[in-house]
Amino acid sequence: MSEQEIFDKVVKILEPYVKNEEAFASVVKETSILEDLKVNSARLVDVVLAFEDEFDIEIADEDADAVVTVGDAVRIITEKLG
Amino acid sequence: MSRRVVVTGMGVVAPNATNLKSFEQALREGKSGLRFIEELAELKFGCHVAGVPQNVDALCEEYFDEDALMAMNSSHRMGCLAAVDAWTDAGLERPDPKDDTVHWDTGAVIGTGVGGLDTACEKVGPLTDAKKVRRLGSTTVEQVMGSGVAARVGGLLALGNQVTANSSACSTGNEAIIMGAERIQSGKAERMLCGGVEGATKYIWSGFDAMRVLCRTHNDRPEEASRPMSASAAGFIPGSGGGLVMVESLESAEARGARIHAEILGSGLNCGGHRTGGSMTAPNPDSVQRCIKLALEDAGISGEEIDAINGHLTATGADKTEVNNWSKGLERETLPWICSTKSMIGHGLGAAGAIESVAAILMVSKGFVHPSINCEDVHPEIERFADSIPHKLVEMPEMKTIIKAGFGFGDVNSCLIFRKWEG
Repeated sequence: MSEQEIFDKVVKILEPYVKNEEAFASVVKETSILEDLKVNSARLVDVVLAFEDEFDIEIADEDADAVVTVGDAVRIITEKLG
Repeated sequence: MSRRVVVTGMGVVAPNATNLKSFEQALREGKSGLRFIEELAELKFGCHVAGVPQNVDALCEEYFDEDALMAMNSSHRMGCLAAVDAWTDAGLERPDPKDDTVHWDTGAVIGTGVGGLDTACEKVGPLTDAKKVRRLGSTTVEQVMGSGVAARVGGLLALGNQVTANSSACSTGNEAIIMGAERIQSGKAERMLCGGVEGATKYIWSGFDAMRVLCRTHNDRPEEASRPMSASAAGFIPGSGGGLVMVESLESAEARGARIHAEILGSGLNCGGHRTGGSMTAPNPDSVQRCIKLALEDAGISGEEIDAINGHLTATGADKTEVNNWSKGLERETLPWICSTKSMIGHGLGAAGAIESVAAILMVSKGFVHPSINCEDVHPEIERFADSIPHKLVEMPEMKTIIKAGFGFGDVNSCLIFRKWEG
């Protein structure tokens, strides 16, 4: 799976949680999930579970804690996919 | 002198209708919302019939965003639909999520009899036991906490006064309305969105089936299965849904020029203490009569002024006792019209009192008594009241006052008196 494909899937998973549509319209790897997209921080655990389901991987709590930007998510998923 | 309290908005999601207008039509037509539920038969329930509101998920997609819906189980969905409808029916604008205005003078009491057992049984139990606690995600707690629906509604409508849930089994819906009215009377709020909800799930119904209090005799005739006051009544049919009413101070309603459905003239709440024949599951007749009298006294009227009764009347053996209690409580040898909304929608448990209060308010405001279906064979022990049971729609433009009661496990009772608003 290419990085672009992973990025697109991550963005799609984030979509229902996004509270700032303007920032989402111009989402890039540097976009912060909490600060820019205004995703409710409590919902991050659900986002991580959705990543696990979509990519059939397991993301440990320490890895999940390192997800700040969309790019962080793409990087961790890429690593897990080997 | 306490403040006068009126109802300015109503929302309902019931097995026979999912909005106020179609609910009134269904009531007038005596339309049953009870259906055969195949899963209950497969699971070897004794009762294979239930009352489940139709098309709820599609409605929810129109009303709520995907983020909210991922955290809304059956009771949340039906309760929130009814809440938003009651809000807009009250002439209020649904708040924009980006507008930080909070309605500090408006709160909610939204109760449930059982709560989020679908979430508990489908997710919490299995995932916890499978050592997959983290798979529960972030939305489990808000779906199983007792105040979950009230909490969600508080956010949808930007409520800033007391937002809470009550629970008194099948008396819950009425009790919520009474609690909200009392808060307004005391001057602590101007508007309270009040009522009850109950999810549609086999996990709520199975316990009642095990108690053998559900009807098992009409699985092949679902629309005839709920038979309050009938000689052939054989237990209640489990129902579900949500009913919400906007309770408001008269001052506030008049100040904003709100349309008023009815006045809450009086109410009573009590418990029979599990004495004099009362128990966890059966009402103490003295306390039922006392509760009716408390409501009359609170309203400052006599039993003679009651034009119609919307009973608790579930289609169990308790109906005949209830009807006799109405006669004693109202101190009347002959009763006014007496009907059971459960004949059409089954027993909505924590939602019952609220959905049926919506029915009662519609009846008194529009001047009709809905048919109490499936009791052509009136129970012999209430034969002397048979003429008071409407088998067909009764137009009653002169109706001024209707009384509504609910009784719940725990020997708890609630009674409300609504009066037509004539300005």
